[in-house]
Amino acid sequence: MVLLLQGRMDASTAASILRDLDPLVKKQAPPSLTLDLSKVTYLDDFGALVLAQLRDRVSETQGRFLIENASENIHDLLAVLHFETLRTKTTLYKKPSPGIFVRLGEATLTHASELKYMVSFMGSVCLALIYICFHPRTLRTGDTLSYMERTGVDALPIVGLISFLLGLIIAFMSSVQLQQFGANIYVASLVGLAMTRELGPIMTAIIVAGRSGSAFAAEIGTMKVSEEVDALFTMGFDPTRFLVIPKLLAALIVVPLLTLFSDLFAMLGGLLVGVTMLDLTAGAYITQTLNTLEPFDVFWGVLKSAVFALLIAWIGCFRGFRVGGGAAGVGRATTSAVVSSIFLIILTDSMFSVILRYWG
Amino acid sequence: MSQDRPIIQVKDLVAKFGEVTILDRVSFDVYEGEIFVVLGESGCGKSTLMKHLVGLIRPHDGEIIIDGDELSGADSGTFQKVLRKIGVLYQSSALFGSMTLAENVALPIEEYTNLGPDSVHTLVRMKLNLMNLGGYEDFLPSELSGGMRKRAGLARAMALNPKILFFDEPSAGLDPVTSAGLDHLIIHLNETLGTTVVIVTHELQSIFAVAHRIVMLDRRTRGIIAEGDPKFLRDHSQNPFVRRFFNREADENSLGEEKSK
Repeated sequence: MVLLLQGRMDASTAASILRDLDPLVKKQAPPSLTLDLSKVTYLDDFGALVLAQLRDRVSETQGRFLIENASENIHDLLAVLHFETLRTKTTLYKKPSPGIFVRLGEATLTHASELKYMVSFMGSVCLALIYICFHPRTLRTGDTLSYMERTGVDALPIVGLISFLLGLIIAFMSSVQLQQFGANIYVASLVGLAMTRELGPIMTAIIVAGRSGSAFAAEIGTMKVSEEVDALFTMGFDPTRFLVIPKLLAALIVVPLLTLFSDLFAMLGGLLVGVTMLDLTAGAYITQTLNTLEPFDVFWGVLKSAVFALLIAWIGCFRGFRVGGGAAGVGRATTSAVVSSIFLIILTDSMFSVILRYWG
Repeated sequence: MSQDRPIIQVKDLVAKFGEVTILDRVSFDVYEGEIFVVLGESGCGKSTLMKHLVGLIRPHDGEIIIDGDELSGADSGTFQKVLRKIGVLYQSSALFGSMTLAENVALPIEEYTNLGPDSVHTLVRMKLNLMNLGGYEDFLPSELSGGMRKRAGLARAMALNPKILFFDEPSAGLDPVTSAGLDHLIIHLNETLGTTVVIVTHELQSIFAVAHRIVMLDRRTRGIIAEGDPKFLRDHSQNPFVRRFFNREADENSLGEEKSK
């Protein structure tokens, strides 16, 4: 069989040529196939692919394959592409998937090394903190202030709004139950205690983790990818001291403050429900709140939030430093910074509860 | 291959960033099948010019015609058609970090042709082999050296064998041997496939090795100060600055000029 091909054999025509010729050659199964390329005006590697597939098709039935009248250009191109030895039936990018034990071992090793880095990172943060205590002038005050603004001041509206609504919800939900016993006034105690001891610190920490923990991870991760961290190191800066400490201190200062604001706004929400729906006077509500709350409750909440702040900044920066492999790595680090800080916040909070139970 | 049909025409192009004019009424043609180099000192608007040519920035004024289609006023259909005719190799290769080399190269082929998976795989392997990257199909870009990334970027830019290939600083960050290898690849692609090549660079050796024709941009006039064969310009240009550039000589008063700014 002799086929006379004409025109261009390129990216736009290769698929349709193959669709027409491949079934034909398969059906006829000719003892020999000769392709006359004298009228082919242009042939690139897509064209070469067509030729190679036809050749493979013919060789399935032990047929002979010949190319005739190919121009100098086409010959050159086919030579460059190693057309003679080109095989079409091999598939690509199928990495052999490892067995379950290999994967288990791999995961164990990865997590072990991750843990090791976590501990050593914590150590380097502690060392940097100690260094800063002895050399306060080396603290990057400007950076710290700007992080305080971004983590604290900028978060105030959203923290305030969410806490206000949260206080509103708690008061509303509890009032339904407490009204049955005529114990309306205890709504104030409930909102006050729940917020200062538990919900205030946790809600604030979760919001800060979502807003700033992710930002820390993304910022350091991008710096890592674009070799800025390496530049800092070779310029003689300690990356931990330069990048982590300002964020850590900023979070440590502003998160407890945010927590206090959160408590306050939640009580305002409760007050609104109390005054409008429960026939309480504002004065009675406030007095009841003050009577219930002890300084220790507020202090306990603030102490917890300070620990949460350290966790958020630490894990955010840690994930940032562990970024590898470009843009996708930064995305993964950001996600995992938020997820692990929220997990750690809840975990630490439950530990605090146990401590308080046996100690307080 | 006709040497006299202009495939890119730039007419009175004005480029501005805000109020600052980068290019002022620049006009030139690139002919089909030639290797064309845009060069000039740092900050003269080379990269800006290239971003205009590939459609990333719309011109402030003037026309850019690529293979018969005017870019600045084009609707999205025409624009897509033009984009199919061009391939760009970015300075940092711009390979997608989350994909292997094979997936990077396969992406445009799978998107724009109707070939089956087997054919796509064969093609990808052919293209990577052509760039001497056989065996690296499963590697992620981050696992490769700069030169290999460059070649992989070229393989991806060449995925659909575009009519015009743009190179942004192809030899930036490469050693002389790798860089010369890339020059050979460029010449080779130009000769076998007839691809028109537009290169933005200031690597002199590379310019003399590959360029058929150059335009040279100037920061002060914000326009073209030289156009033609680089070897001829080096020896015979009327403009002393152009001769200095090609002979790699410092400005006589370069130190003084920097200070007076």
